[in-house]
Amino acid sequence: MTATRAFVSVTGLRKSYGAHRVLDGIDLTIPQGTVFSLLGPNGAGKTTTVQILSTLTKADAGEIWVAGHDLAKEPDKVRATIGVTGQFSAVDSFLTGEENLRLMADLLHLGRAEGRRRVRELLERFDLTDAARKPAVTYSGGMRRRLDLAMTLVGTPKLIFLDEPTTGLDPRSRRTMWQIVRDLVQQDGVTIFLTTQYLEEADELADRIALLSQGRLVAEGTPEKLKRMVPGGHIVVRFADPDGYLRAASHLRATSRDEESLTVQIPDTGVSTLRKLLEWLDAQAIDVAELSVHTPDLDDVFLALTEESSR
Amino acid sequence: MRAITDSATMLRRQIRHMWRYPTLILTYAGVPVVLLLLFVYVLGGIMGAGIGGDRAAYAAYITPGIMIMTIASAAQGTAISVAMDMTEGIVARFKTMAIARVSVLTGHVLGALVQNFIAITAVTLTALLIGFRPAASALDWLGVIGVLAMFTFAITWLSAALGMVTKNVATASNLPMPLMLLPFLGSGVVPPESMPGPLRWFAEHQPFTPVIETLRALLAGQPAGSSFAAAALWSAAIALGGYLWARRLYNR
Repeated sequence: MTATRAFVSVTGLRKSYGAHRVLDGIDLTIPQGTVFSLLGPNGAGKTTTVQILSTLTKADAGEIWVAGHDLAKEPDKVRATIGVTGQFSAVDSFLTGEENLRLMADLLHLGRAEGRRRVRELLERFDLTDAARKPAVTYSGGMRRRLDLAMTLVGTPKLIFLDEPTTGLDPRSRRTMWQIVRDLVQQDGVTIFLTTQYLEEADELADRIALLSQGRLVAEGTPEKLKRMVPGGHIVVRFADPDGYLRAASHLRATSRDEESLTVQIPDTGVSTLRKLLEWLDAQAIDVAELSVHTPDLDDVFLALTEESSR
Repeated sequence: MRAITDSATMLRRQIRHMWRYPTLILTYAGVPVVLLLLFVYVLGGIMGAGIGGDRAAYAAYITPGIMIMTIASAAQGTAISVAMDMTEGIVARFKTMAIARVSVLTGHVLGALVQNFIAITAVTLTALLIGFRPAASALDWLGVIGVLAMFTFAITWLSAALGMVTKNVATASNLPMPLMLLPFLGSGVVPPESMPGPLRWFAEHQPFTPVIETLRALLAGQPAGSSFAAAALWSAAIALGGYLWARRLYNR
């Protein structure tokens, strides 16, 4: 057992829609104050998992404990400790940003003065003060997502579900969102349950990652552990001229090539691959503009493991 | 307690929506007013003669009918706004919060009551302006308001349920359409006695007729008698059925 207390624990979670089995026996444990990322391709069951853990949908089987409460027996106790920000923004488009936050404060019975204070503080924190009195329908994607998260935070939840929080955002908004998530964990001690299709995002944020494929967890661990699960990375060679590129491309067992940029990608199976490659290039007198060795990233893990299980 | 405060919060949300998009309320008040004017000025001469009176007599006859048409057409608005709400992520958010669950729907129903109150007031003022002279006492007027509130409450719970039957907003907007026909297939526009056999039987036994007859009697300063009991029973049954149905659909 780990020293930190499990904030969320799930055993044997199952869910089917008709004959279609979406979740087929999921077990997971999330310690308090950490970021847990559920990673998987579209249709793997990520959103269903979030919907069940956030009390929106009932599980067919399995035991779920959140913050010491049995989800099946005390859903309202669980609801009082969680916050959900989904991929489809949960804001009221007809209301202004400020009114949306006030709505949350009222529903949480914060009281007039405390509600006002909290709303002002969140508008400030999420850089929405200038847009506070504009209807949410006029907000950009990034602003909507920030308002969405701010609404989730009105009740100071201890566990936040972020269901694909950056899907459809531009790179800049995505980075802002990442920083917000980091602050939540470091400053507020919140536990985060993150689902994403972006491996980079999971790598950036998560303490632990679970890989979901066709309703089962095919791998679980720290990003580093997962990366060690697939052998080898790849070597990228960029040639100085088209002639060298063509000669090398026809000889080397490349996994991908790009004539435009004169680059070839070769699977890296160890030091001997690299030595043989260099010797061959030397013997052929081919000019190399750039050569780089890449260790496996989560993309390699993702493709390797999800491919395996879909076979 | 929680249910009351949360419903009040949700009602505020609905009122803000109305306030922000006043064209909707103008439509829901404007269409019945236009209908009233059409019935009185275009059809009123002939219809008045038909019921053994003149245009003014028909204005008195049609006013309760138009009041009920107002409620029926607002039902469509409620179904649309409930259906639209259900497609938005905000309802999913409400469902994951520790709030009184039904308050989302109560907010819609109470909001519709406010909206209907505004629209029916507009209809009544127009009727008075074009020569309708009700003989109702202050107590009768209270009765009119009570019956209207009761029936609106019932129809709105039903339309809230209709708004959730399908996930499609366009379909949801069509489902309450038959409600618009019921005032015509009752005593809303002409007396059922003038209709052919089976239609007359339907007109005399469907829920809209006792409500319209009660309003007509109260506005004329006469006792509503058995039609009031029938109106109250129908309203209670529709409200309860609509509420239970809506709650089940919301929780599914």
